[in-house]
Amino acid sequence: MHTIASIREGLRAKEFTAVEVAREALEFAERENPKTNAYLLLCPERALAAAAEVDRKLAAGEDAGALAGVPIAVKDVILTKGVRTTCASKMLENYIPPYDATAVERIEAAGGVVIGKTNCDEFAMGSSNENSYFGPVRNPVALDRVPGGSSGGSAAVVAQGTAVVSLGSDTGGSIRQPASFCGVVGVTPTYGRVSRYGLVAFASSLDHIGPFARNVRDAATVLGVMAGRDPMDSTSAAAPVPDYAAGLDGNDVRGMKIGLPVEYMKHATGDTADRIHEAVAKLRDIGCEVRDISLPSTDYAIAAYYIICTAEASSNLARYDSVRYGFRSADSTTLSGMYRNTRGEGFGDEVKRRIMLGTYVLSHGYYDAYYLKAQKVRALIARDFTNAFQSVDAVVAPVSPFPAFRIGEKVNDPVSMYLSDIYTITGSLAGIPCMSVPCRTASTNDAAGLPVGLQILCNHFEEQKMFRLAHAFENS
Amino acid sequence: MRLTEKDVRYVAALANLDLTDEEVGRMLHDLDGILGQMEVLAGIDTEGVSPMAQVLFGADDYSTLRADVERTPLDNELALQNAPVSGNGCFKVPRVIER
Repeated sequence: MHTIASIREGLRAKEFTAVEVAREALEFAERENPKTNAYLLLCPERALAAAAEVDRKLAAGEDAGALAGVPIAVKDVILTKGVRTTCASKMLENYIPPYDATAVERIEAAGGVVIGKTNCDEFAMGSSNENSYFGPVRNPVALDRVPGGSSGGSAAVVAQGTAVVSLGSDTGGSIRQPASFCGVVGVTPTYGRVSRYGLVAFASSLDHIGPFARNVRDAATVLGVMAGRDPMDSTSAAAPVPDYAAGLDGNDVRGMKIGLPVEYMKHATGDTADRIHEAVAKLRDIGCEVRDISLPSTDYAIAAYYIICTAEASSNLARYDSVRYGFRSADSTTLSGMYRNTRGEGFGDEVKRRIMLGTYVLSHGYYDAYYLKAQKVRALIARDFTNAFQSVDAVVAPVSPFPAFRIGEKVNDPVSMYLSDIYTITGSLAGIPCMSVPCRTASTNDAAGLPVGLQILCNHFEEQKMFRLAHAFENS
Repeated sequence: MRLTEKDVRYVAALANLDLTDEEVGRMLHDLDGILGQMEVLAGIDTEGVSPMAQVLFGADDYSTLRADVERTPLDNELALQNAPVSGNGCFKVPRVIER
């Protein structure tokens, strides 16, 4: 399977052209997709045009960019000009964006070849990719299992090898959890590190765009291309972007101080706990100093997260009124009837549930008890991390309490589905960079062979340090 | 039960969501279960804690502003291309004087 480096090397040595790589990726994706349903659409025209441009630049001796000729899949909540973008919802089944997301623009400017759009939970709401209007995605590692969510398709295509890297979005774990379930690297950068211009909004104070890859170096390269200030997103950060990939070389992690949160480990059982303890032992072997730390507000994170994200979602999704774009219910004689019918018919169950919950917690009489309280608890969770990073360089933790579960296992139990996000939402609420990097696979009973991810969390804008640790762990 | 069917219908109306009777029943059950999980928040002391609405970093006052330069807006045809119903360069909707 290709990596960014193997494509760069092959293009340089003229073993293949970018058009050949793109054509092969498109054919492979088309052939594999019936197994997993990971792609909602392939865009050969756009891909081959981008690849031809890379070949032209190389032939002319020009710099073709850091991602020259690399086949990339993009989650279908990220806009691609002229290429249908559905958010896996009936509401946007026929939506053709009139502009590109900044992340996509930067990927293509660096020579990346967007080959298709990936399936996900509807409007990125879910932890199993079972909430897609276009059907669930199957985990390529075990086809009866979920790939995780919401960016399940983006994780699956990298795991199956139909794309070299992919873009996902993460609000409460939607990159890290599917990366962990599919055995690939997934990165949620610092809040504001990557522009969200062109990312369909779910919960604006929590939404991130980030990469999936089969190794840390590729993920670091893609993040480096996308990161940085964008005048089109006022929340994008002006902080300089280091060369993340170059920073991996010649830097060891000896003496790095790492915290293991006791509140996380007390819930971890079975394979997950075993793999994390093994990972900790490995980190010690490569010279890291691992100690227990406390993040005392952890137990309140799920409640705070599901109040904040649903409140923001209920507000963001108010825009789906069927006036300017999207599905419109057929038989409405009044404007307000059109809104109600369209939204009732156009949204799936989970989206409706979150709009209802968000509307409720923001409604008169409940705002202080739920929304305001949740924002204060969020401040406490962020403070836990601020305190922790005064004594450690990084925090390591599980990504999910269990490996990939079976399709259908949790889909009718929203409470249990929400509880499975326990380890990922704390980092999201704090806005810090976090990632999942594969450990050894699970070994017990029916979970044998399923991937398990190690989560690494660092302080704001310390992606460089996070990648160095992940890279050292990957190679240990 | 923390919620009643009446509450669910009231919130659905606020959210402009048409729910079937069957959906109202399911929503009542699901929301009630989820709100039960939220009760844990009442037990945590947040006295003197400022609410955190956004992740903020140290930056100068104008860092969120972009340069004030003229840009071409989305042209009319492109803006209307995804409209369910349009005409004469406008979005078309049902009559607005009745609810």
